[in-house]
Amino acid sequence: MKNHSTGKNRSTRKELIEKGINGIFFLCGLVSVGFVLAISIHLVISGLPAIREIGLVDFLFGAKWLPTATTTEPAFGILPFIMTSIYGTAGAVILGVPLGILTAIFIAKVAPPAMASVMHTAVELLAGIPSVVYGLVGMIVLVPGIQRMFDLSSGATLLAAIVVLSIMILPLIINVSETALRAVPREYEEASLALGATELETFFKVSLPAARSGVAAAVVLGVGRAIGEAMAIIMVSGNVANMPSLLGSVRFMTTAIASEMSYAAAGSLQHQALFSIGLVLFLFIMMINVSLNVFVKGRREND
Amino acid sequence: MDSIMDIRNLNLWYGDHKVLHDISVSLPKNQITALIGPSGCGKSTFLKTLNRMNDLVEGVKITGDVLYNGEDIYDPKLDVTWLRKHIGMVFQKPNPFPMSIYDNIAYGPRVHGITSKVKLDAIVEKSLKDAAIWTEVKDRLNKPALGLSGGQQQRICIARALAVEPDILLMDESTSALDPISTSKIEELALELKKKYTVIMVTHNMQQAVRISDYCAFFLLGDLIEFNKTEDMFSMPKDKRTEDYITGRSG
Repeated sequence: MKNHSTGKNRSTRKELIEKGINGIFFLCGLVSVGFVLAISIHLVISGLPAIREIGLVDFLFGAKWLPTATTTEPAFGILPFIMTSIYGTAGAVILGVPLGILTAIFIAKVAPPAMASVMHTAVELLAGIPSVVYGLVGMIVLVPGIQRMFDLSSGATLLAAIVVLSIMILPLIINVSETALRAVPREYEEASLALGATELETFFKVSLPAARSGVAAAVVLGVGRAIGEAMAIIMVSGNVANMPSLLGSVRFMTTAIASEMSYAAAGSLQHQALFSIGLVLFLFIMMINVSLNVFVKGRREND
Repeated sequence: MDSIMDIRNLNLWYGDHKVLHDISVSLPKNQITALIGPSGCGKSTFLKTLNRMNDLVEGVKITGDVLYNGEDIYDPKLDVTWLRKHIGMVFQKPNPFPMSIYDNIAYGPRVHGITSKVKLDAIVEKSLKDAAIWTEVKDRLNKPALGLSGGQQQRICIARALAVEPDILLMDESTSALDPISTSKIEELALELKKKYTVIMVTHNMQQAVRISDYCAFFLLGDLIEFNKTEDMFSMPKDKRTEDYITGRSG
């Protein structure tokens, strides 16, 4: 009788502990969800007033950003920032994606194991370099180089930002593509080789298509990284609110917020408009994440 | 007996481990040759030396001669893609590419430079017919090959191998992952294929060897113990070890 009741007590105590621990896990989960919600709500609340005051069309498609103009009417058009962010990201993708994918093929398929492991480590180190260091190196090496090469008054240009961004997204693209390529079953490659295809033909016609959803995810992650970067490019892009041109100084959405937030008067329209830029950027990144999910889901369905 | 491949004093090592010992045999043309023997006897390894798929294994070392129509396939000047175009292979597990049925079959011809849609269409149809799967897939050529059943996938793989018009088809236990009905379809297919091709197959299934092969090679621990006509080997094996294996006393 006594034994039986002890057993019963123990099981309720265990159950209580289980429930308690589950509760703690649940709270931990809530913290990150809570932060996301809080940030989203805050961005919407603080981003909308300026858009309402400036007008959505004038805000998104206005080509002039003169928030502190005194002699003329101040203008709050962020088209230059949006276009710069799109151009900069597209440029980084055009440079970085082919380089990254070819590197991934080399590491995952071609290189002898020892060399692959050295390169893999190097790529991981590249991923670990803080973005401010990228900016610093870009400022010291790249900007003067571009200035001399194109005979400009300043080398701090969109081109410099694109080069820095493309190097920054490389490790992401290489690592994710490499993982996807390594996951391609060896049987596919053997089948291709047994048909008389060369190794290169096999990698490009079988391995890469078989890994395409993973590679697509890598590209989308790279786009997300590039469009959200601020620190490295603020140091090399000249930070002038021009419509983008490859050899002109430009200002991105991210760098506009980072550079003006410190001196915009609290509560002023400029201050509010910076939050609105944040909201636009947030929507861009949301769209990228949604498309990433579509790719990942597509990959699961293919398997 | 007209031979298509002549193997002379073939030895093979994986690192320090010697897997094949001094194999000499001539494989007959337009016949089905079955390679039998217990697991780990070297029969699959032997099969893979015939189209040099062993080249892909790290640390493999091969001595001796493997002649295909009199040509040494391990000659350093030989183009291995040429060899593999002529000696096709079907694997143990069905391994169609994650592409459409059409693209699977057209893969080999495309790699070998055929781009004309008309030609490719004709090759795809002929190969699928030769692999006895045309009627099952002709209305769904653009559907993924991975959506087919295992037995169908294996016949797609056979069609894919036939599409490059090989002389020889190597089959590495190509029915061992299939159900009995699919297996018998592939066996019928093999009998049909030997009219045009030479088939060399590894099998674990001795009934299968008896049912469809003309010649049989028995491997044990890396040695070729006996090579003979299948009916002769199974009715009166010359070697005691062969007899023990085919009667089930060893293996």
